[in-house]
Amino acid sequence: MPNETITAESFNERPKALAALRAEIAAGRTKAADLAAQYYERIEKLNPRLNVYLSLTKERAFEQAARIDAMAAKGDPLPPLAGIPVGVKDVLVTQGAPSTAGSKILQGYRPPYDCTAVARLEAAGAVLLGKTNCDEFAMGSSNENSAYGPVRNPVDPERVPGGSSGGSAAAVAANLAVATLGTDTGGSIRQPASFCGVVGVLPTYGRVSRYGLIAFASSLDRIGPLAANVHDAATLLSVIAGHDPCDATSSTAPVPDFAAESDKPAAGLRIGVPAEYFAEGLDPEVRAAVEKGIAALEAAGCIIKPIALPHTKYAVPTYYLVATAEASANLARFDGVRYGYRSPNSSTLSGMYSHSRDEGFGAEVKRRIFLGTYALSAGYYDAYYLKAQQVRRLLAEEFLRAFAEVDAIVTPTSPFPAFKLGEKTGDPLAMYLADIYTVTASLAGICGVSVPCGATRTGLPVGMQVLARPMGESTAFRVARAVEAAGI
Amino acid sequence: MSERVTVEDVQRVAELAHLELAPEETGPMVRDLNAILDYVAELNELDTSNVLPLAQMSEVTGDGISALRADRVAPSLNRAVVMQQAPETDQAFFKVPKVIER
Repeated sequence: MPNETITAESFNERPKALAALRAEIAAGRTKAADLAAQYYERIEKLNPRLNVYLSLTKERAFEQAARIDAMAAKGDPLPPLAGIPVGVKDVLVTQGAPSTAGSKILQGYRPPYDCTAVARLEAAGAVLLGKTNCDEFAMGSSNENSAYGPVRNPVDPERVPGGSSGGSAAAVAANLAVATLGTDTGGSIRQPASFCGVVGVLPTYGRVSRYGLIAFASSLDRIGPLAANVHDAATLLSVIAGHDPCDATSSTAPVPDFAAESDKPAAGLRIGVPAEYFAEGLDPEVRAAVEKGIAALEAAGCIIKPIALPHTKYAVPTYYLVATAEASANLARFDGVRYGYRSPNSSTLSGMYSHSRDEGFGAEVKRRIFLGTYALSAGYYDAYYLKAQQVRRLLAEEFLRAFAEVDAIVTPTSPFPAFKLGEKTGDPLAMYLADIYTVTASLAGICGVSVPCGATRTGLPVGMQVLARPMGESTAFRVARAVEAAGI
Repeated sequence: MSERVTVEDVQRVAELAHLELAPEETGPMVRDLNAILDYVAELNELDTSNVLPLAQMSEVTGDGISALRADRVAPSLNRAVVMQQAPETDQAFFKVPKVIER
């Protein structure tokens, strides 16, 4: 695709394959320390324009790189991510290193412990370059809600990278990391992955421990990888997945070698195509690209079946009630007492709470706390929160019934490609509707992958969303690989 | 657009949520909440009288693990490290403005 027509600037560059880089490091042809230094050089050059990283963890990165280089020099067996430069979304806490969640209320906060997923990446040899920008507390679909300024899309810097894991997606798309971690509550990994032309994974609820994820909506929040290709994303998922005693909802299911699973052919898999995801409101160029992807799956030997998911239209309203209710409870912890911002403008305890929160939270976070508090308040609980939880069950059951007949479901990830900065900021409801194809899987607890699937005429990336049953990531990866291999 | 939420409602919610709203923020918040609640009213089209609410995702993912763990004493975070993050502390406790007026 002629990306040069969009911008003369050379932001849009994909990293090398993870396995190739690791082999270079293992053979001593590339030093992990040199690789980290090269990435920091590129970050220094591009970050002022793209605003991908909120903070860098150089000391930590070079310590780890030195450890890997020493192991390689001795000929020790290297762990799976040895020397691979990664970034992680700033909602994942890192011991002693800034962790702001994109919010002013956590400016200067240095957490006393590490998020399990980040610790597992580093235990597997990854080099943590820094913390990536995101919408405040992961609330947003464009990264414009970050208290530290928006991220720009490396494909076209006048456009948003998507959100809320916009920094994590843009980091991969601009080769400012080989792979990253994001979080997905209603589409926050998949949608930015599709806007930036990279792979993003929504693991099954419980597949990856949430310990150390600054909570937004606990029954929806998931941590997952973003990478330049399916194989690399699958490699990261195997590293971060698995039970963690620190998260009681994390699954004890065995963790497959997802990269190896993704190598298996997709031929013979039954692929459902739900009409509801191709209805009014879908950009015709996005539709055309995804239809090409479906044709490629058919050519690869998959069996394409039309299916119906009639409750789809209720997903966005259900999501915004469940997510905001849980957010209003989770964000109660930011009160200026134990960590984070405390307003100096108060002489009483209750005044200190409300001043700290008022001065610390941005407009979208306040709006969601208001909506969630209202939905949970006396007299409204049954009408809003309980009703939404009931509809949530209908949505989940509808997916489980569909997965009795098909192995995977494919849809567009987003109804439109990346939009311009400022285009939707004035209308919160219009922004919420951007999540229409992604919130369903979030509510149902199932897993999925967004994989690049062509582009519009002007070169804006299109993503195909591949959904699979709970703990069915292997199937989703196989289908995504087939789409990737087709080179649409 | 219907007026589900009034200025008084928003003020009551602000108190419940320990949030403040400047006078110029109140109008837009009333407007936004009404727009969103109008939209979510679509859910009333569905008869859910015989549907159990879904709160625990393990019901869907089929992960039968018990959320209960053995009640054993284990090391917790180091107090000195935690207290470094406190806005105001005497190193043993978090200090806050006075709670009771005398």
